[in-house]
Amino acid sequence: MSDAIIQLDNVCKWYGDFAVLKNINLTVKRGEKIVIAGPSGSGKSTLVRCINRLEEHDEGDIVVNGTTLTRDVRDIDTVRREVGMVFQQFNLFPHLSILHNCTLAPLWVRKTPKKEAEALAMHYLEEMRIADQAHKHPAQLSGGQQQRAAIARALCMNPKIMLFDEPTSALDPEMIGEVLEVMVDLARKGMTMVCVTHEMGFAREVADRVCFMDAGEIIEEADPETFFTSPKRERTKLFLSQILGH
Amino acid sequence: MTPPVTAAPPTAFHRKRPVKKIGVLGWLHANLFSSLFNTVLTLLVLGLLVWAVPPILDWAFIDAVWHGTTREACETVGGACWPFIFQRFGQIVYGFYDEAARWRVDVVYVFGAVGLAWLMIPSLPRKGWVGAALLTLYPLVSFVLLSGGWFGLPVVSTEKWGGLLLTLVVAAVGIVASLPLGVLLALGRRSTLPVVRILSVVFIEVWRGVPMITVLFMASSMLPLFLPDGLELDKLVRALIAVALFNAAYMAEVIRGGLQALPRGQYEGAAALGFGYWQSTALIVLPQALRTVLPDIVNNMISMFKDTSLVSIIGFFDLLGVIQAGATDVDWTGPNTALTGYLFAGALYWVFCFSMSRYSASLERQLSQGDRR
Repeated sequence: MSDAIIQLDNVCKWYGDFAVLKNINLTVKRGEKIVIAGPSGSGKSTLVRCINRLEEHDEGDIVVNGTTLTRDVRDIDTVRREVGMVFQQFNLFPHLSILHNCTLAPLWVRKTPKKEAEALAMHYLEEMRIADQAHKHPAQLSGGQQQRAAIARALCMNPKIMLFDEPTSALDPEMIGEVLEVMVDLARKGMTMVCVTHEMGFAREVADRVCFMDAGEIIEEADPETFFTSPKRERTKLFLSQILGH
Repeated sequence: MTPPVTAAPPTAFHRKRPVKKIGVLGWLHANLFSSLFNTVLTLLVLGLLVWAVPPILDWAFIDAVWHGTTREACETVGGACWPFIFQRFGQIVYGFYDEAARWRVDVVYVFGAVGLAWLMIPSLPRKGWVGAALLTLYPLVSFVLLSGGWFGLPVVSTEKWGGLLLTLVVAAVGIVASLPLGVLLALGRRSTLPVVRILSVVFIEVWRGVPMITVLFMASSMLPLFLPDGLELDKLVRALIAVALFNAAYMAEVIRGGLQALPRGQYEGAAALGFGYWQSTALIVLPQALRTVLPDIVNNMISMFKDTSLVSIIGFFDLLGVIQAGATDVDWTGPNTALTGYLFAGALYWVFCFSMSRYSASLERQLSQGDRR
């Protein structure tokens, strides 16, 4: 399994007595795109947040890019430097301009020289098609622009893996498209991606595999073609009929 | 599939926003007499002003005595006794500081005023350097100048410091020291390390639970009993430390409010990018938290400035203390002397506090520029 970049073995997590993750096994290969779908409360977000240790798992092993996640802060920092994350609520830093949002981590975490960090930021902002917004503050941008800025900010750390936690759920319908577009571009360029999303069109277009979660378990895992045309489990069929039905 | 809908081209719209004219009468009606209740309130307030303001102005300026050198000048008149202020002005500004050395206080005043003005005028460059100098070099130079003993400057013992000088020294030390200490305590109180958290909580709750007066008494009379033999701390230094620690506890709770107001997503966003605790605190958390609670911080500073007058109970003659002492002096005692002194002290305090308030308002405006849509 040399090309596995993320490996989860029997990962369990509880909130109090409530089990949110039950024996999760998941292997993601370098360059693979995984979409995690499922009803709300099924543990999708918790799962991706365990991968960069925003949440701590209670049992099992998580190995990311060769580093096993433990309580050791140095290991956590190592993993976080290689894993970018995009949140539902963007989580841009409102007191900084978009450009500074993008250069802050390279400057302070990677110790990249200022000129280089700025060039890097402008490169990714251009790729996200918001280079003209670089000197504005987050509050002056639309939701779609903010989310693309957040993606650029994550990319500026040159991550090997990108995690997306419902990146379009807080957006107006008109803006979902522009964010999905840049995500598709990113997938085409070979980025390893783990996306929690309800955008089934996106899943069909870029995913190598779709994992369906329910009540803390991955109950179905298949390539998009199989997943959408011949799901095996009743729960999956019900979910798909509801989400695709309207 | 429905055929594509072609949107109509936007129609030209060149109208300007209509100008609303209300005029004086309209303004009066809208703001003062819009309802029966408001009309009654307006008339009541007007009556109160007519009843209260002219007598005060009469007393303070028109019936006041402006010339003279002794209390006799003020004895026959029923107005403010300004000669008292003029005659005692030196004491009010310098306390009992040796007259020959007062130029040293002046130098400290001038440097402080220039430095602060530099920071407050937005168009001036190099604010970072000036601010850093004000926080490091300036206290050092001020200390050397004020206390003397170096470079051939004669020593002026702190017992002679007084008046506005003492008030400003206590206020400046309290304000400047309480902010960083407060930040550390607030962070400590939210720390995940139990020892740090408990120590911070105990510190904050102890200092907040004790009256300032008690703290000052302890610093002036009890603390020397506990200090090891041979270690002697100047009484003013003890009072300054007490003031700084006391106010740090209050500041800590204000800043904790700002830390708590920050959405969890900010911490997560920083963590996901690989920032460690101190980096995310310094670069992401504190800039936002301090900005959120800036009005409360300044509120605290203003209250701190006025609380400096409490040092008079441990035998210091600050601005208020020096005026009070002067007014009970047999040379000046009289019905109007003390009142004039209090009016003057009140006005001085007000000027300083109001300046802080205005500066914070302009700072808030500058900092909120990023919020504008």
